[in-house]
Amino acid sequence: MSNGFDRTLSDEDVLRRRASLLQRMHLDGILLLLLLILATGSLFILYSASGKNIDLLMKQASSFGIGLVAMVIIAQIEPRFMARWVPLAYVGGVALLFVVDVMGHNAMGATRWINIPGVIRFQPSEFMKIIMPATMAWYLSKRSLPPSLKHIFVCLMLIGVPVVLILVQPDLGTSLLVVTSGAFVMFMAGLQWRWILGAAAALVPVAVAMWFFVLHQYQKQRVLTFLNPESDPLGSGWNIIQSKAAIGSGGVLGKGWLMGTQSHLDFLPESHTDFIIAVLAEEFGLVGVCLLLLVYLLLICRGLVITVQAQTLFGKLMAGAWTMTFFVYVFVNIGMVSGLLPVVGVPLPFISYGGTSLITLLSGFGVLMSIHTHRKWIAQV
Amino acid sequence: MPQPIRLKDHEKDARLIRRRAMVGGAVIVALIMVLISRLYYLQVVQYEYHSTLSENNRVHVQPIPPNRGLIYDRNGVLIADNRPSFSLTLTRERAGDWEHVLDVIVDVLGLTPDDRELFEKRVRQGRRPFEPVPVLFELNEEQIARLAINQFQLPGVDVSAQLVRHYPQGEHFAHSVGYVGRINETELKKLDPVQYSGTHHIGKTGIERYYEDQLHGEVGYEEVETNARGRVLRVLNHTDPKPGEDIVLTLDIKLQAAAEKALGGRRGAIVAIQPKTGEVLAMVSQPSFDPNPFVTGISFKAYAELRDSIDRPLFNRVLRGLYPPGSTIKPMMAIAGLDAGVVTPNSRVFDPGFYQLPNNTHKYRNWNRYGDGWVDMDTALMRSNDTYFYDLAHKLGIDRMHDYMTKFGLGQRVSLDMFEETAGLMPSRDWKRSRYRQAWYPGETLILGIGQGYMQTTPLQLAQAVSLVASKGKWIRPHLAKTVGDVPPVDENPVEDIVLRDPKYWDYARHGMEEVVNGARGTARKIGAASVYRIAGKSGTAQVVAIKQGEKYDRSKVRERHRDHALFVGFAPASDPEIAVAVMVENGESGSGVAAPVMKEVMDAWLLDENGQLKAEYAPQVAAPAVEAQTKNE
Repeated sequence: MSNGFDRTLSDEDVLRRRASLLQRMHLDGILLLLLLILATGSLFILYSASGKNIDLLMKQASSFGIGLVAMVIIAQIEPRFMARWVPLAYVGGVALLFVVDVMGHNAMGATRWINIPGVIRFQPSEFMKIIMPATMAWYLSKRSLPPSLKHIFVCLMLIGVPVVLILVQPDLGTSLLVVTSGAFVMFMAGLQWRWILGAAAALVPVAVAMWFFVLHQYQKQRVLTFLNPESDPLGSGWNIIQSKAAIGSGGVLGKGWLMGTQSHLDFLPESHTDFIIAVLAEEFGLVGVCLLLLVYLLLICRGLVITVQAQTLFGKLMAGAWTMTFFVYVFVNIGMVSGLLPVVGVPLPFISYGGTSLITLLSGFGVLMSIHTHRKWIAQV
Repeated sequence: MPQPIRLKDHEKDARLIRRRAMVGGAVIVALIMVLISRLYYLQVVQYEYHSTLSENNRVHVQPIPPNRGLIYDRNGVLIADNRPSFSLTLTRERAGDWEHVLDVIVDVLGLTPDDRELFEKRVRQGRRPFEPVPVLFELNEEQIARLAINQFQLPGVDVSAQLVRHYPQGEHFAHSVGYVGRINETELKKLDPVQYSGTHHIGKTGIERYYEDQLHGEVGYEEVETNARGRVLRVLNHTDPKPGEDIVLTLDIKLQAAAEKALGGRRGAIVAIQPKTGEVLAMVSQPSFDPNPFVTGISFKAYAELRDSIDRPLFNRVLRGLYPPGSTIKPMMAIAGLDAGVVTPNSRVFDPGFYQLPNNTHKYRNWNRYGDGWVDMDTALMRSNDTYFYDLAHKLGIDRMHDYMTKFGLGQRVSLDMFEETAGLMPSRDWKRSRYRQAWYPGETLILGIGQGYMQTTPLQLAQAVSLVASKGKWIRPHLAKTVGDVPPVDENPVEDIVLRDPKYWDYARHGMEEVVNGARGTARKIGAASVYRIAGKSGTAQVVAIKQGEKYDRSKVRERHRDHALFVGFAPASDPEIAVAVMVENGESGSGVAAPVMKEVMDAWLLDENGQLKAEYAPQVAAPAVEAQTKNE
């Protein structure tokens, strides 16, 4: 261990000298580079997907700017300090969700927004995606690992409250993602395999119960349509049929930027939000999608490296859970657009149009950077 | 916790987390491989398939709208059918600068800027990509030819044949059958987008609206292959639409025509109900309007003319017209009085020409200022004596009166399948307290007894109330649909029959009503004299403006539109009623003089054959009394 430690120290020393500015700004060069690549790429795709809508592009770019600022600010905060404020953020987040349920702004049949006209309009459930893993990490980092039954129960309660509030909105997609992000912390914290397998087995009756008691008609429709999209070609099956056709017709190399016919002829619904990957696949082909997946994979690898190298338990749990949640976004979105999973309304990270999601994601990576750049070299001895 | 153990824990935790991170990483890589293989499958293995779908030839799913169900009268005469009509459609995606294309259309066909505005609105309502939106209906040959010549400068414009609703009977059924119109944005939000994906019209009022779901049918669709310019190359898959259900109405086209003729161009309403079945045989609200322009989109000007007309042709007087029922409720009041035990058939009241509450100087006047002397129930109904009914109302009290009148459907929605029926108003203590924050005054009970005051009823309610007297309390909601897709409509919310303490009470009231028409001093004896069958009826007058205490109604002083509405309700043949009718003539002044002859014409049309004799099926039971009635009046 001491040998390894020496080597790590000297390596880091070199890196610190080489990239001293980034280090002093508490930014991680690799993450930053990958994020900037994604952002640039996303603007190109969005330009095409939105039908050359410059206004939309400017909005997305400015959201990206705001997100970057948020990321930089968060990266300055020490993880220890962060952990101290997590419970408050959790309580605040739950309170906001409650406010949304009671008096939120209604759009498209669901109440998800808080709207203070002229000031701000956002989805509190979106922020829960980052507050949730942080809360779990805060809670479990103070216990001995792996967590005991009692602590698991507390964790489930902590996850349950906001999830129910989001389900009421109703927003099945986000609530599942919030559950997932919390569950990943428990996974990282060494939840015994028998519990994990047991939960997976219990999922079947829970899913059946959800079908009958929790799911709204439109959500059931989505699942049914997923199982057999051809059954409803005029209604919700349309999205899946069209997105599959868009992806498939892209072939290996794609039709070229701005040349996608499916998306440009308005065949593809929501082409600039949840279904944007279909535009990418149509215009840049399998190669383009693989490149995007490669960038995602690199981001995830970097996240896992940060997880392993983190010094505090809070940092490890938080970084690991966030990285895996991030992957779930990618997987669920691409899976749904390509017809592997039911349509659940999850945006593709960094590529889909949408300010709140972008800011949340960048904040999450700000946390990773903070965890990585605030390590103390002496303390570990 | 001791320090050494804590350190050891930390080490163990780090190992645990590293292990978990590696497991996670492995799963992530595996799942990414799943995604890549899925994309490989779609983009490489199925490339040919999807690229055919997408690139040169595109597959469109085209909805095929179901044919709307037809509407017939009870004899099978068509009232609403679907006629092929050529319409001009515009496909926004293929038109490029579609606003410019609209300009060209307006130019080529020589239309007005108003039309263009309408077109633009319609195009903007288009929903599905590549959906041709109809903008102009009922093209004539010349217009089609002009469009064909200018095809080169009209990208995305097609002339297509569609089935469009048509009402061959024009204005005769506008208020009962209603009409369809283009789906507007509010309706669009509530509709099932799949079922209506090929449909441009929806029932707006009347039967068309009430039975919209049954009339509409189920959408079909076909998957068609089109070339890059959107032209259909071949049909890949075809699912037939299920046409909507046909509706046979209870209305009789001949009776309807006779009723309209009887009203003779006056404003008013007529409802004829078959008491045994609740079937509405005729439903007239005059003036009416031609529903056909509403189907294809009525012009702003024509609509404004209808809307702003002082005669209010768009107003459905049968279902939404509110009138104080006047003396027409006296038979129902008599039944209530008998059943409640406050009067007997023989109890009498002295009428000096007015009625006074104890310890009150206010005089409630009889219409006959000289008074009718001693009156019993029979005479009171025959003479429409107000004093008798003031007294009856006073004894009955508002609470019991409210209960009984509600049982007769007054102040209630009575119909089974009529759209936008108004409930009207049967006042009660509770209603007055919540509406005016005032207690109920005894005087208000008195004037309710002769159907004036707060009470508001529709002609349909009056028809139903008199039909209940005819059927001795058998409640069947009046309905317009005899069958919907060969199935009679079901009343989900049936009303309890009216059961009296003694069924003879019905006969006392009915006898009074027969005397109105056949008695020597009956108010409507004129129509009885000319009738070959026996009619039971009751006249009524609905005040439009209040007459002050001590003042007399003087027609020369009242403007034509402020004159009283004439009401008459009745049924025939009196012993075994086949038809119950309510007539309202707006500003007609005299129930017996104006409305009663109208009612008789309607009854004649239903009951008499072409020789002026009672139809065979109605004859046996009533032949004798009819003759007797005639001799009596001669």
